[in-house]
Amino acid sequence: MKCRKCGDTAVLELRRHNAAFCAPDFLEFFRNQVREAIRKYRMFTSDEPILVAVSGGKDSLALWDVLIGEGYRTTGLYLDLGIFDYSVESRAKCEAFAAAHGVPLLVRRVEEEVGAPVPVIKSVTRRPPCSGCGLSKRYLMNRVALDEGLPVVATGHNLDDEAATLFGSVMHWQMDALPRQSPALPSTHPKLVRRVKPLYRLSERETAAYAFLRKIDYIVEECPFAVGATSIAHKETLNRLEDASPGAKHNFLFGFLEKARPAFERAEAVELHECARCGQVTTGTLCAFCKLADQVKRSI
Amino acid sequence: MKVVLRNPRREVEVAGNRRVKDVLRDLAILPETVLVIRDDELVTADQHVADDDTIELRPVMSGGSS
Repeated sequence: MKCRKCGDTAVLELRRHNAAFCAPDFLEFFRNQVREAIRKYRMFTSDEPILVAVSGGKDSLALWDVLIGEGYRTTGLYLDLGIFDYSVESRAKCEAFAAAHGVPLLVRRVEEEVGAPVPVIKSVTRRPPCSGCGLSKRYLMNRVALDEGLPVVATGHNLDDEAATLFGSVMHWQMDALPRQSPALPSTHPKLVRRVKPLYRLSERETAAYAFLRKIDYIVEECPFAVGATSIAHKETLNRLEDASPGAKHNFLFGFLEKARPAFERAEAVELHECARCGQVTTGTLCAFCKLADQVKRSI
Repeated sequence: MKVVLRNPRREVEVAGNRRVKDVLRDLAILPETVLVIRDDELVTADQHVADDDTIELRPVMSGGSS
């Protein structure tokens, strides 16, 4: 198989693009896709400092690598979830990456912020572990960005993540979730920072290939709590569709973003308040994060 | 030939002297879900692997809620 651009031996075939690339041309294709995402959704300007949420996995470290290469001013944020060896190893990967690139990395421990690490939160709430974990991450990303005066948080969500989330929302017709699904969520309140996903145009195989070719040392092992997660089942289903019909995931997500999403926008905006406890944004009196922290406190 | 699988890490022996895509089909692994690595380089599904080759099939799926 030959590179579509230069004719050299290809290292990666992208069936959905009916193309294959050699390593240098794939890396350029990848960076171009990130540039296009940033441009299309006006994610941030070249002057704005960016908080990059990093987990030690391929996606977030690949994103950080591209943004650094493009000359953006970035600060990493690693949230230590307290998930045994997995967290120890993933934190070490982030710290090593930051040190090698000479970029700042902030670390916050969920145990300190919520009152217990994710494994305890899981047993206390009796909800799927990804539920309390995702809630804590979204809250802490926003709060740290505000504290640090950073106007935007970038996460490493890729095309597969976004397609799987959309699939889950459609399966249950979650009418509140559908309009919120976007590569860029604007700040709708002074205490809500912009959230962007510059990798939404790239599949997770492509982000893995980028990380491999750039020799990024990322954690290959899966989070132990992700085993059996619904999002994984949705990804597997979509991968079978993709195998039978290359481009299926891309068409599903991009078709939604371009054609269907506007139809799910709410007529009236949701009213936002500041949480009576922590001052962060919520639709109620007490935010979901403070309720979770209360629940943890009562139980341990 | 030797195939290294991850999560958990393990090794299996399969027949070589055929294309990568045939090895993947034998192992019931979708090409979209792995990187195929030989001698620290990525290889495409149409490439031949020899009987004395070792390839790593590195999963690309990450999951959970974020």
